[in-house]
Amino acid sequence: MTTRKITVNVNGTPREGEVEPRLLLVHFLREDLSMTGTHIGCDTTSCGACTVLLDGKAIKSCTAFAVQADGREVMTVEGLEKDGKLDRIQEGFHQEHGLQCGFCTPGMMMTTYALLKNNPSPSEHDIRWGISGNLCRCTGYVNIVKAIQYAAQKPAE
Amino acid sequence: MIPASFDYSSPKTLSEAISLLQQHGADAKILSGGQSLIPLMKLRMAAPKHVVDINGIDGLAYIKESGGFLTIGALTREADVDASQLVHDRYPLLADTAGVIGDPLVRNLATVAGNLAHADPANDHPATMLALGASVVATGPKGARTIAISDFFTGIFTTTLAPDEILTEIRVPMPQAGSGGAYLKVERKVGDFAAAAVAVQITLDGGSFTSAGIGLTNVGPMPIKATRAEKALVGKPAVESTIVEAARIAAEEADPAEDLRGSVDYKRSLVRVLTARALRLAITRAKGEH
Ligand SMILES: Cc1cc2nc3c(=O)[nH]c(=O)nc-3n(C[C@H](O)[C@H](O)[C@H](O)COP(=O)(O)OP(=O)(O)OC[C@H]3O[C@@H](n4cnc5c(N)ncnc54)[C@H](O)[C@@H]3O)c2cc1C
Ligand code: FES
Ligand code: FES
Repeated sequence: MTTRKITVNVNGTPREGEVEPRLLLVHFLREDLSMTGTHIGCDTTSCGACTVLLDGKAIKSCTAFAVQADGREVMTVEGLEKDGKLDRIQEGFHQEHGLQCGFCTPGMMMTTYALLKNNPSPSEHDIRWGISGNLCRCTGYVNIVKAIQYAAQKPAE
Repeated sequence: MIPASFDYSSPKTLSEAISLLQQHGADAKILSGGQSLIPLMKLRMAAPKHVVDINGIDGLAYIKESGGFLTIGALTREADVDASQLVHDRYPLLADTAGVIGDPLVRNLATVAGNLAHADPANDHPATMLALGASVVATGPKGARTIAISDFFTGIFTTTLAPDEILTEIRVPMPQAGSGGAYLKVERKVGDFAAAAVAVQITLDGGSFTSAGIGLTNVGPMPIKATRAEKALVGKPAVESTIVEAARIAAEEADPAEDLRGSVDYKRSLVRVLTARALRLAITRAKGEH
């Protein structure tokens, strides 16, 4: 099968690739770009561990092709921290112990990033509704909600 | 899971997309939100040789009232429907439906048009569009044609769309004064398909039903328009006895199969209870009380 040249702006940097059309966006990130922050949990569009932002919208990168991101912007968990300083969302998950095994965390944080951008002061209901596509098998969500509330109280960078 | 190999095109215009579909015939698949197609391709239940990605075509993402209809473009996402104040104000049935499809991440990509074109009886929009009396516009090599939604579905995963036609627009008639609607769904968890769901759209005049549309989700091999239950409403006063009788008939019209989501009896009784509740909610909305 023929490959295609793509250029994807990942966390502000243009990244080129030569990909088969069937390559999933998550595999492009993890394998071609060695950015393993984005996780694969279920591979069946159920868990949200693979959440990234595509042109600012939170999507499941296991359910999009890399070719679809050509010429567009992708933000991954690696894009949160700036110059060694944690983003307010990372800080919130740290402070409020919003994780146990950490597997769901990159996806949770990316969903949170989009959520807070659209709704800077969400209610608890808004938060629970907003993360309803991201599954966590460890925490019971209580501390995740607190982590997001913590982040929401801090000014965005 | 990795899909089988395919060739990929991302046409910039509708006519380019249609000629690609003509060229590749049954070997081609349209990709819109990808939230049904890509999972199927990963499972290799679908293995198109050619994927025509329509996401790069300008002018297909809109939701607006014009010419007596609410018109929804092919690339309008569930999240766009959910975010539309117009939809929340005037089409509560549609707002309810968009809000319970998949989860927020799925809704950011999934399109209403894809939901209809996919024709999965478990999908939520088919019943809603049946209740609303919507129609769809199919655009192909010979131009555009309008198909009533009641003529659109032909079986599980099949519609009257030709392989070289694209569903370009959905048209929902603008509601008359005194109209209201509701969609109620029982799902085991967020992101699951319905165990059963009921769409209701009614119009009231002087305390009686002057029109009624009822659609049933995932309780048959195809989305069901509960026409006998609708008839039991029209011309009758909007009181509890009418509601209960229509709900009983809707449950008879359901044709569910037993699966992991429940037994036949359970699903029928869901249809009965949800129909009654959706009617009560639709009535309060029609009266502007909700
Ligand atoms: C985790 C998960 C949960 C879900 N839960 C629900 C749910 O609760 N309720 C529900 O209704 N759906 C649910 N879905 C399905 C989701 O809403 C689908 O995305 C939708 O049914 C299809 O829309 P799409 O735009 O993603 O279409 P795609 O996946 O891109 O396409 C689906 C099919 O329709 C065809 N098609 C797409 N667009 C067009 C067009 N414009 N013209 C002609 N043919 C076209 C494609 O060729 C393909 O065969 C869920 C999906 C996932 C992954
Ligand atoms: S890995 Fe993508 S949703 Fe689970
Ligand atoms: S912390 Fe383990 S899955 Fe969420």
